[in-house]
Amino acid sequence: MTRRLVVGVLAILAVLTLFPFLLVLLNAFKSPGDYTTGGPLALPDALYFQGIVDFWVRVDFGQKLVNSTVIAGSVAVLAVLVSVLTAYALGIGRVKGRLWIVAVFLLANLMPQEALVYPLYFLTKEVDLYDTRLAVIIIFTAIQAAFGTYLLSSVLSTFPREIVEAARIDGANRWQVLWRVVVPISWPTLSVLLVFFFIWTWNEFFLPMIMLVSNDNQTVPVALGVLQGQRLMDATAQSASALLGIIPAVVFFLIFQRTLTRGIAVGAVK
Amino acid sequence: MSVAETKRPERRSRGTERPESVFQGTRRRRDGRGYLPYLVPGVLLFVAVIAVPLVMNVGISFTRWQGVGDPDWVGLDQYRKLFSDETFWISFRNNAALILAMAVVPTFIGLLLATALFDVVAKRHPRTTTALRAAFYLPQVLPAVVAGVVWGWILHPEYGSANELLRFLGLGDWTQNWLGDEKTALLSVMFVLVWIQIGYPLVIFMAGLQRVDPQLYEAAALDGASWWQRLWSVTVPQIRQEIFVVLLTCTIAALKSFDKIFVLTRGGPGGSTNTPAYFSFQNFFEKANVGYGAAIATVLTVIIGGLAFVFLRLQNREES
Repeated sequence: MTRRLVVGVLAILAVLTLFPFLLVLLNAFKSPGDYTTGGPLALPDALYFQGIVDFWVRVDFGQKLVNSTVIAGSVAVLAVLVSVLTAYALGIGRVKGRLWIVAVFLLANLMPQEALVYPLYFLTKEVDLYDTRLAVIIIFTAIQAAFGTYLLSSVLSTFPREIVEAARIDGANRWQVLWRVVVPISWPTLSVLLVFFFIWTWNEFFLPMIMLVSNDNQTVPVALGVLQGQRLMDATAQSASALLGIIPAVVFFLIFQRTLTRGIAVGAVK
Repeated sequence: MSVAETKRPERRSRGTERPESVFQGTRRRRDGRGYLPYLVPGVLLFVAVIAVPLVMNVGISFTRWQGVGDPDWVGLDQYRKLFSDETFWISFRNNAALILAMAVVPTFIGLLLATALFDVVAKRHPRTTTALRAAFYLPQVLPAVVAGVVWGWILHPEYGSANELLRFLGLGDWTQNWLGDEKTALLSVMFVLVWIQIGYPLVIFMAGLQRVDPQLYEAAALDGASWWQRLWSVTVPQIRQEIFVVLLTCTIAALKSFDKIFVLTRGGPGGSTNTPAYFSFQNFFEKANVGYGAAIATVLTVIIGGLAFVFLRLQNREES
């Protein structure tokens, strides 16, 4: 009896959590007239795709998807690469002072972006990288790699040393040990990092907004956030924009669900 | 590393000696040096993107600067101004409210949900558990900005679903300009943050609960402990490490609240939802008060750095 009650309460809470998503879905396919007469809670009279099409064209959403994918994809790969190199030296190489170095990288990852933004804005202008996707890729590679170094160093410090030593005895040099032994064996952790870096970078807003001013370079969150911040959307445009913002996130979530839940647990306790 | 060791007999570490020798102090140190080149990309990026800008920002905070021309050195003037600026203190008070909404409340609710899911549902219905957990976690994967667009639309005074729902339920008097009224704006933002945040502690606590020895619960049940007592005297102490991590990381995230504020309220109305992060952005890019913005960002950095330091110290203590 209590069991049923608990399951029931949990199910109701879960539905309430999902309710905003349902509302968006319900209203993204309404015509403006339909929205005005029926309100946001009624079912649409007819499926109306023009709102989404109009919004897509208005913000050049295809280009935004490309930008977000290029930026988040590059950052994920580069940041994992940099993290592996640094963590190899710290976790397996046991470079002197490694605890301090790891601590500095963790602190670096936690720093508020507000404390970096103006110098980065100024410096990227100096070196002609302002308003380029490359600038954002470099910045977030550094920020994500700082976290990756922190996490991977502690994972690799428990890496079985016998394996590394055996490979060295077989004549492999450090570089070969890294690519043929350490990377393949740590792949489960690396893939978690890859997924997380991709999603975290995809979701970033503040620095990309400051760095990417021209429409052609902006990411999905920047385009949606700036439009919303300017209060320039009507009700149906807002639900269309919400839907277009939700879809990629839900797609990633469905693809990576197992990696995500596994990864969160690893990241938390390690 | 001592100077005497500068010559590095790299090849010797292979084959000729027993592998165990690697674990010994001097060997390990000599070994470590050969790994130094692997630090180069990470360190370069860290210096260029984080260390140099951070130092520059502190430097800028000692100046009056509009972003163009030469900055005027004013020493600690910006900080003096800051500590007597009411907006600054209000932004911190608002931040305390956001910490409540992003760290404290989600930890508490997440604990209840995680134990309920784990105790009651997980053993018999693993698939239901996965589905429920996914539902609670979904808001976490959204970009904060998109969550802001969704809620900005739902809470809109004229065409939003929240007011429409109240009217539908016959509670028309309760309708509000949720994000546009000083009385309700901060509470509305807090509500949205709780919605976003719940899934994170839930997932972490559920992972932690798998570690807890079931015999502890059996023993507690034999002693006649109620569900509530078991939660407080078995679950909470057993997963205290997870609770601590969640509270701290969420507190730091709350201190950095910018995107949700930008999208939902832009710090308004009347500064009632302003945060230090947003306040520094306003000074940097809207008011061209770069020195002042840098001072706010520096104070924020010191606070977050302090919290991160506490985190590292406690974590090291747990490990050793």
